[in-house]
Amino acid sequence: MNEAFLQLQNLKTHFPVERGMIFRRRIGTVKAVDGVSLALAKGEILGLVGESGCGKSTLGRSVLRLIPPTEGTVLLAGRNLTQLSSHELREARAGFQMIFQDPYASLNPRMTVSDALAEAMLAHRTIPASELPARVSALLERVGLSPRCLKKYPHEFSGGQRQRIAIARALAVEPRLIIADEPVSALDVSIQSQIINLLFKLSREMGLTMIFISHDLSVVKHISDRIAVMYLGKIVELGPAADVFGHPLHPYTQALVSAVPLPDPRRERQRRRILLPGDPPSPMNPPGGCPFHPRCPHAIGKCSQVVPAFETLAPNHEAACIRLKDIN
Amino acid sequence: MPLLQVENLRTFFHTRNGVVRAVNGVSFAIQKGETLGIVGESGSGKSVTGYSMLGLIPQPPGRIESGRALFDGVDLLSCSKKELQKIRGKRISMIFQDPMTSLNPYLRIVDQLIEPLLIHDRTDRNVALEMAVQMLKHVGIQDADTRIQCYPHEFSGGMRQRVMIAMALITRPDLLIADEPTTALDVTVQAQILELIKKMQDELGMAVILISHDLGVVSGFCDRVLVMYAGQIMESAGTDDLFYRPLHPYNQALQKSRPALQTKGAELYTIRGLPPDLSKTIAGCPFAPRCEHANDECGRSETGLREIEPLHHTACVRVQKGNLKLG
Repeated sequence: MNEAFLQLQNLKTHFPVERGMIFRRRIGTVKAVDGVSLALAKGEILGLVGESGCGKSTLGRSVLRLIPPTEGTVLLAGRNLTQLSSHELREARAGFQMIFQDPYASLNPRMTVSDALAEAMLAHRTIPASELPARVSALLERVGLSPRCLKKYPHEFSGGQRQRIAIARALAVEPRLIIADEPVSALDVSIQSQIINLLFKLSREMGLTMIFISHDLSVVKHISDRIAVMYLGKIVELGPAADVFGHPLHPYTQALVSAVPLPDPRRERQRRRILLPGDPPSPMNPPGGCPFHPRCPHAIGKCSQVVPAFETLAPNHEAACIRLKDIN
Repeated sequence: MPLLQVENLRTFFHTRNGVVRAVNGVSFAIQKGETLGIVGESGSGKSVTGYSMLGLIPQPPGRIESGRALFDGVDLLSCSKKELQKIRGKRISMIFQDPMTSLNPYLRIVDQLIEPLLIHDRTDRNVALEMAVQMLKHVGIQDADTRIQCYPHEFSGGMRQRVMIAMALITRPDLLIADEPTTALDVTVQAQILELIKKMQDELGMAVILISHDLGVVSGFCDRVLVMYAGQIMESAGTDDLFYRPLHPYNQALQKSRPALQTKGAELYTIRGLPPDLSKTIAGCPFAPRCEHANDECGRSETGLREIEPLHHTACVRVQKGNLKLG
C-alpha cells in the first residue's frame, strides 16, 4: 500500500454533548469516529458496513470535511485535507464528491435537471456557454437517462431516476473520489441492482476511487473490492469482500453475516443464526476494552480490559479481536 | 373454514390526479396458525391490503370499492364500526413499520400497554398491570417492572418494536398483521425481532400475515407467500414452491435481482423499466411492459390467478396456457 490514493490516519470525530439553555455545560462526548486508519488504492471500491449509529456516515463526511474531524489526518493523493484553508478546501472539493441516501432531499425541487447539472459543472471551472448543453446531455446519457429529461424537475422522476441524477451531479466536476452514503437504501429491490450496476460500471470506466457506505452486507459485497466493518466508531474487520462475507473473522461480523436474511427457504431453515443479545451500546458511553464485548458470545474477562489490536489470519484480511485465533 | 377469507378486495384512492387503483381484485385466505407472507415493492398494494381489512384506510380519499373479508363469519369490510372495534385490537392485532410513530410519545408505556385489556376485556387495572409486566418480560425487556413506567423515547428502536409486539399480543389475538415490522431496524436486531414473533406465534397459536419487501425475510419465516405487483396478486404458493419453482416471470425476476445470491463481480440482473402508474387503467397483465417473456397477447388478455399446480397459483397468462416454461 505504498501508493495509497486516499489515506486516513487515526481519524477521530467527536461531538460534544451539551446541556442547559443559557449556561451550556458539556456533559459528555459522542465518539462517532474513534481512531480509524485506512488506505485505499486508486480505483479501489471500499465497502463500509455497520449498523445505525456505528459512525459510518460520520466517517464518510469527515473524510470530505463536511464534518470537521477532531483529530487525525486525511491524505488524498498526498495532500492533507485536514490542514487546508477554507479557500483551498473549496478548490480541492472538485476532486471529491458525495452521493447521499435520499435523492428526494438532495436535489433542489425548484431547479430543472439541466440547471442542477450545469451549476455543478460551473462551480469549479469555466465552460463556454455554447458547450454547456452538449456536456450536460452527455453527462445525463452516461448515467442512463435520456436528454429529453433535461427540462424536467426532480418531482417528475421516480426514486431510481433521481438517484441517477444525483450521481450525474456528483460526476459533473469529474471527481477522483466518491463517497456514496447508502445510495440504494431508499430504493426498491428491482431498482437497487440498476443503480449498483451503474455505480460499478462508472467507477471502473472513470477510474474512480469510492467508499460505498451501507448497512446491507449483501449489497456491499457485490460492489466492493474490500469491506471494512465498523462498530461503535472503530473498524473491527477489514479484508477482501468475498473473504469478509464468506469467512468472517470477527465475532461481530460473523453475527452480522449470519443475520442477513437469504431469499432461499432451505438454506434459511438450515443455517444457524448467531443471535446477539441487546442493542449496540450508546457511543456516548462506550464500554471499555473491546467495544463489542458486552454482546459478544466469545467474550472473556480480558476483553473488557484490553483494547484489541488488528491481527491477521489470512492475507490482507485482519480483525481486531484478542481471541481471533481461539474462535476461528 | 379459513380464519380469514378475503375475496376480490379493491381499494382505490380518489385523488386530484385521478383514481389510483392501489389494490385491484385481491383474494386470499389464511388458516388458523398459518404464516402468510405478502411481498412486493413499494406501491404494490401490500400494505393497503392489510390496512383495508382493519378499516384503517383514510376515507376519503380512499374507498373500498368491492370485496369481502370474512373473519369468523363477520365481514370486516361491511360490518358496523362497533363490531369492527370489537375485533380490531382484540382478535386481530397489527404492528407497524415505525415503532416511534405508532406509540404515543405523551403516554407512559404502561398506559398504552394495558389500554387494550381495559377496553376489550374490562380487566381490573391491577390485574392488567400484572399482565403487562409479564408480557414485557416475555418479549425480552429487562427490568420490566421499572421500564414499564418509561416513555417511548427512552427506548431504542428494537426495544420499541418489542413494546409494540407486547401491545399487539397482550389480548392474545387469533391473527397478527405485521406490516414491515423489521424494516426500520438493524439486521442483528431484525433477527431478534423475527425470532420473537415466531416464538410468540408458537406459544399463542395465532396466524401471522407478514408484509415485507424483503424476499429474504419472508423465505425463512412464512409457510405460504403472495407476490403482489401493481395492486394485484401475481403468484401465490407454498414458500418452497415460490422460491424454487416460480410460475410467474415477475416473481422469478425479483428473485434474480437480489444481490445476496448472485456471484460477485458479475453484473447484477435487473428488471428493465419502472413500475406502472396506477392512476391509469392497465390493460392486460400489469407486468407485461417490463416482462422479458411478454408477447402481444399479454397486453390484451384478462388476467386472474389460476391454480396451475396444487396450491400454486399464477396470474401469468402464458404460464396458464402452458406455452411458457420458466427455468
